[in-house]
Amino acid sequence: MRYHTPTTFQDAAAIAAASTGTLRFLAGGTDVLVQMRAGMVQPDDLIDLKHIPGVDRIEKTPEGGWRIGVAVPGIVLGAHKELVRDWPGVVEGMNLVGSTQVQGRATLAGNLCNGSPAADSVPGLFAAGAVVTVTGPKGSRDIPVEQVPVGPGRTSLAKGEVISAITLPPRAKNGGDAYLRFIPRTEMDIAVVGCAVNLRLDGDRVAEARVALGAVAPTVILSEACAQAIIGTTLDDAALAALAKAAKGAAKPISDKRGTKEFRIEVAGVLARRAARIAYDRAKGMKA
Amino acid sequence: MSKIHVTATVNGDPVEFLADPRETLLDALRNHLDLTGTKEGCGTGDCGACSVTVDGTLVCSCLMLAAEANGKRVETIEGMAKEELHPLQRKFIEHAALQCGFCTPGILVAAKALLERNPDPTDTEIRYWLAGNLCRCTGYDKIVRAVQDAAAEMRQDHRGAA
Repeated sequence: MRYHTPTTFQDAAAIAAASTGTLRFLAGGTDVLVQMRAGMVQPDDLIDLKHIPGVDRIEKTPEGGWRIGVAVPGIVLGAHKELVRDWPGVVEGMNLVGSTQVQGRATLAGNLCNGSPAADSVPGLFAAGAVVTVTGPKGSRDIPVEQVPVGPGRTSLAKGEVISAITLPPRAKNGGDAYLRFIPRTEMDIAVVGCAVNLRLDGDRVAEARVALGAVAPTVILSEACAQAIIGTTLDDAALAALAKAAKGAAKPISDKRGTKEFRIEVAGVLARRAARIAYDRAKGMKA
Repeated sequence: MSKIHVTATVNGDPVEFLADPRETLLDALRNHLDLTGTKEGCGTGDCGACSVTVDGTLVCSCLMLAAEANGKRVETIEGMAKEELHPLQRKFIEHAALQCGFCTPGILVAAKALLERNPDPTDTEIRYWLAGNLCRCTGYDKIVRAVQDAAAEMRQDHRGAA
């Protein structure tokens, strides 16, 4: 295995494009090293991205959003007060990944590229409308985060391409987001179902909403039906019931050792309702 | 396969060694530096027996390549006791917060990192912080009590020194 430490994303992309064997990018390493250990992946080229300037930074964009470097670990996101104030749902999703030790290393970009449908940070990114910067041999392009995962363990990134930043949009006035997951224990588990809701209020009414579900399809999914169920409402009981129904309709899970199909569908509705309520309270400026 | 020259600071001492590119920090600590206090439990980041801090951040040394430690400041269990045992170490003995002891170095390193950030944690905060440190013998009640007792003593000492 060749261990590379490029200092620009262009160089990283060039090494990746030239690689003829198995290739992995290394940020936090909490998935890659496990896969190497298990013998699932034996990279010929391992490209450590942490020597690229800026990958460990969280920066405010000129528009008022947040540009998050690909090597920023969960513990740093959680300690960033302004980011947590703007995007509590995104950060709480990331902070549910693994243990304190894993939080010291694991990154949003890694969680996204690992491609798990149950990745806890990804529904929050979908709901937030995060934009992913992809750098390849021919330059960089920005794509919506929901275009990255295409199936379990698979992304839309082409050979030689690497995520070089994740950008959260400016937090709208009277906006809030939240992420909830179900696991049968209190900590250190993989989501049976996850749900993120991001919304903006106009007075008491929901003006805009984005709802994402995790672990109920081959990828995390964004549900337009869920959003439509609550837009224009005050999130009263009828709206919450419509949201739960839409979430159950959007969920297309499989049965596996973590939960049955029927259970996952039911829980998708419950979590959507609860996450929407928390996002609404946060948008109202209430502590939640 | 070419080796990678790694220089780092471990428990305050400058070290250097040649690492295989695939070698973990855990294996380098144990096999190149003879620091065998850091244990390998699962090797996949689930059990926390290999906990160390790198530039002050708590990590699993099995989930980090030795090459990634180049230029970093690593603290292991061997650096915990100075002239005397660290209060956490003493309280783990007093409270019998271990049986076989295999998880203990990782739990001590993790608990020390917690008390540096939060000198007065609740039981719940301790349990969540240590959720990635598995003990299969003792159960966690004695561990939580030992951490609380050590924290109380360290707060007292801190006030005494101020």
